[in-house]
Amino acid sequence: MRHAHHLRIGPVGFRIGSDWRAPIDAVADLYRDYPAPADGVADYTVRLFAARPWRRWMRPAITLGGDYLLPDAVPMPLAWGVLAAEMAMNLQLALGERRYLLLHASSVERDGRAVLMTGVSGAGKSTLAALLMTRGWRLMGDEFALLDPESGAVHAFPRLISLKNESVGVVQAAVPDARFGPLLTGTPKGDLRHLVPDARAIAMAAAPATPAVLLFPSFGYAAAERPVPPSEAFVRLTQASTNYTALGERGFDALTRLVQRVPARAIDYPDTATAVAQVEAAWAAA
Amino acid sequence: MTRYVAAPAASLRLVPLDALTLAYHRPSGITHVLASPAPELLAALAAPADLATLLARLQTDYDLADADPAALAERLAELETAGLVLRA
Repeated sequence: MRHAHHLRIGPVGFRIGSDWRAPIDAVADLYRDYPAPADGVADYTVRLFAARPWRRWMRPAITLGGDYLLPDAVPMPLAWGVLAAEMAMNLQLALGERRYLLLHASSVERDGRAVLMTGVSGAGKSTLAALLMTRGWRLMGDEFALLDPESGAVHAFPRLISLKNESVGVVQAAVPDARFGPLLTGTPKGDLRHLVPDARAIAMAAAPATPAVLLFPSFGYAAAERPVPPSEAFVRLTQASTNYTALGERGFDALTRLVQRVPARAIDYPDTATAVAQVEAAWAAA
Repeated sequence: MTRYVAAPAASLRLVPLDALTLAYHRPSGITHVLASPAPELLAALAAPADLATLLARLQTDYDLADADPAALAERLAELETAGLVLRA
């Protein structure tokens, strides 16, 4: 790879390499306040390379690569370089991680106690995490929470926050002075814009927290709440984990311990103000 | 008469949660989510038993009045497929 950038997000070190300078420059700029990998050694290598040799110059198209591959990944326009890098980093972590149980969840922390929020795409994980970050919570991550099977603690993974469609405007209105990546239109996920986590999220990225409450948010419904029994939380979280099977009995132990110790609630919400109040109340009651 | 026995205790991690029981099957690495009567059948098959003996055990332990041997045989077949019950 001609161009490369090294960075650490929470406990995970990445080396991002590319045939082109532009995506690396964009990634390096947005991640400029993040530390380098511990001991200088990256856990994962991410490659953004030309789909065909001539596609470095002719209608440049990015193919994602690394230690783990998706055979049907579609090449992306060069202008989506940041998105390509983010997707490639997620993919390497999702398929390769063996130290932590990976939960597809956003998380925020206060007083050392974390709220984990998981749900289908569009449930509002990223939006809620971003808004809570603007209201005094420490953002731990908008995509993955890393559960340590040994300690039961959750580790942060505060990558760039991926805002989609309506949530781009909602969060821009809440934090107009924050740093945002370029607005990417017409991606497979719609319009997309990355938000750089605030200084506190980056400075505290290495600090784990104790899970306090599990939330299953659903956007677009009248405000409602119900407790989720541990067995249902377990099944939902196995579906929300990319490496549960790979971790074997360690994953089973980690997840059963989590659902036995931590209360879980499903929250339906019609707007983000309602959801923020629901999250605050659930955290306080846990 | 076919005799059945639960998979060895060392091969299973059972975690009862509210209405369901989670079972991690070590030989296959598969997690099973068990609803009643599966956990009760595993407990009753700690020692080998044929269908009639198992039915008698369940009637004693769980006050079963209307036990259905055909349904029990079906549940046993499911557990056997999952590797949680073996032929003794």
